[in-house]
Amino acid sequence: MKALTLARRELTAYLYSPIAYVIGAGFLLLTAVWFFLNLRIGGEASLRPLFDGMAVLMVLAVPLLTMGLLSKEFDSGTIETLLTSPVTDAQVVLGKFLGVMVFYLALLATTLVFLGLMMAYGRPDAGVAATGYLGMILLGAAYLSVGIFASTLTRHQIVAAVVAIGILSFFVLLMGFVVGLGIRPWADVAAKLNAMTYFRDFSRGVFDSRGLVYFLSATALFLFLSVKTLESRRWR
Amino acid sequence: MIDVKHLSKWYGRLLAVDNITFHVDKGMIVGFLGPNGAGKSTTLKVLTCYLPATAGKVAIAGHDVLEDSLAVRRNIGYMPEAVPLYPEMRVRELLMFRAAMRDIPPRDRKSAVDRAADRCWLSVPDNVMRRRVGELSRGYKQRVGLAEALLHNPPVLVLDEPTIGLDPNQIRAMRELIQQLGQDHTIILSSHILAEVEQTCNHIIVIAGGQIVADGTPEQLRKKVSGPSQVLAELRGAEPAELAKAVGAIGGVHKVDASPIGDWTRLAIECDGKNDRRAEVYRLVAEKGWQLRELKHTGGSLEDFFVQVTYKQNMQSAGRLAQ
Repeated sequence: MKALTLARRELTAYLYSPIAYVIGAGFLLLTAVWFFLNLRIGGEASLRPLFDGMAVLMVLAVPLLTMGLLSKEFDSGTIETLLTSPVTDAQVVLGKFLGVMVFYLALLATTLVFLGLMMAYGRPDAGVAATGYLGMILLGAAYLSVGIFASTLTRHQIVAAVVAIGILSFFVLLMGFVVGLGIRPWADVAAKLNAMTYFRDFSRGVFDSRGLVYFLSATALFLFLSVKTLESRRWR
Repeated sequence: MIDVKHLSKWYGRLLAVDNITFHVDKGMIVGFLGPNGAGKSTTLKVLTCYLPATAGKVAIAGHDVLEDSLAVRRNIGYMPEAVPLYPEMRVRELLMFRAAMRDIPPRDRKSAVDRAADRCWLSVPDNVMRRRVGELSRGYKQRVGLAEALLHNPPVLVLDEPTIGLDPNQIRAMRELIQQLGQDHTIILSSHILAEVEQTCNHIIVIAGGQIVADGTPEQLRKKVSGPSQVLAELRGAEPAELAKAVGAIGGVHKVDASPIGDWTRLAIECDGKNDRRAEVYRLVAEKGWQLRELKHTGGSLEDFFVQVTYKQNMQSAGRLAQ
């Protein structure tokens, strides 16, 4: 219940803040450019490149959304009033997560425009659209929890953003690169860690439980780590 | 109400609070007085469960801060030093949010917010409640912070530097408010200004260098700390040496320092024990036909004591830095 109260406050804070709109607009603009480039070059009404592109763009967009979640509270001192009210650290982390998740879903919903455009001029696969959006939701949850974790580490928003981008790049970009190098056994390990390995199933229209497990456990892991870093102030 | 036993707090290798023990009874307004960096805020942060103690036991309203932290937090209203608030929220919205965080049931939230706002004079110009916190002046922010702490009507109020950054009128208003609140809350507040604490609190704990150096009611402290009493006099009518000699002959006076100010002479007259020899000085002046333009008694004041304490702490930390 308290987590929901916190989530609501967090969401309202996003709606008040210009940063959220700038990030949203930037994300949409880049997605649109990507979408039209793909249409012109490929000439096919396939949703796959759109989803894959968004998954990579989110590596930048999500950390910018989450960077302030806790670091801003540390910096302004509001963390003190927050943590001296009768809430548990887990409720705080969960509340932040739910709040930013709703904003993320709203941002994702705006990309339905591209789906609409495609439906107007072609016949995109409904199954791909469904699994693709499911994939984006799962991937988003994992990215957001990484972002929250980075935000619990420091009082500087920029540092939090850079750390989150670093962690996400490791799992999304670097692992893909290592797979591409094809040196065994590293390539096999990297393929298991690579977020895109799992996401591409979804963007192809395949629902694979391995992807579900991968993204959900990543979400749980980083939320757990966030709670622990928040608690760690007690041992410092 | 508040029971602190052998509390110590290390920040890494820095000892911020060094084995302090004190007790606060229900209904007291306790002033935590000390120079900057004495360990006041740290102690308050331990009381409010924001930081854990390195050693020692703290219990509030019968609950231990470590074992029963949530119960302690329910019993405390806390206003941190810089009064951190969310600048993008409107005052009413912020207070409603805090009320929800404080487990106040939804149907009671509005009345709780109105009551707290009333007490802190936030409802008077009606538009304050609708303004964004970020646009408020320091004084209003302070009131919002205090209203937050009062929302759930906690038995214990912890206020860290409640008057810092306020203008003189606001300071007076805040003092009055604290005294009013003292009627049905136990209050512990910190300050580095003596006059402040002397006026608002009925109990003072002086802390310096992480240790308690004095603890008692203002009267008790004044008695405890007063040193040899001293009379200051400015006279004219004879040579400084002659004035000093004549005054030094008064019974109960054991030392006189003379320093000329223009054609006047300033005498610092130290008396034995707590004797005040102003009457005798005046009689002497009248007998001799000298002129007198100032005569005052400066028995060891709380202020002198506090200045000494602060000075000692500064010397210690300077010594530590030099090492």
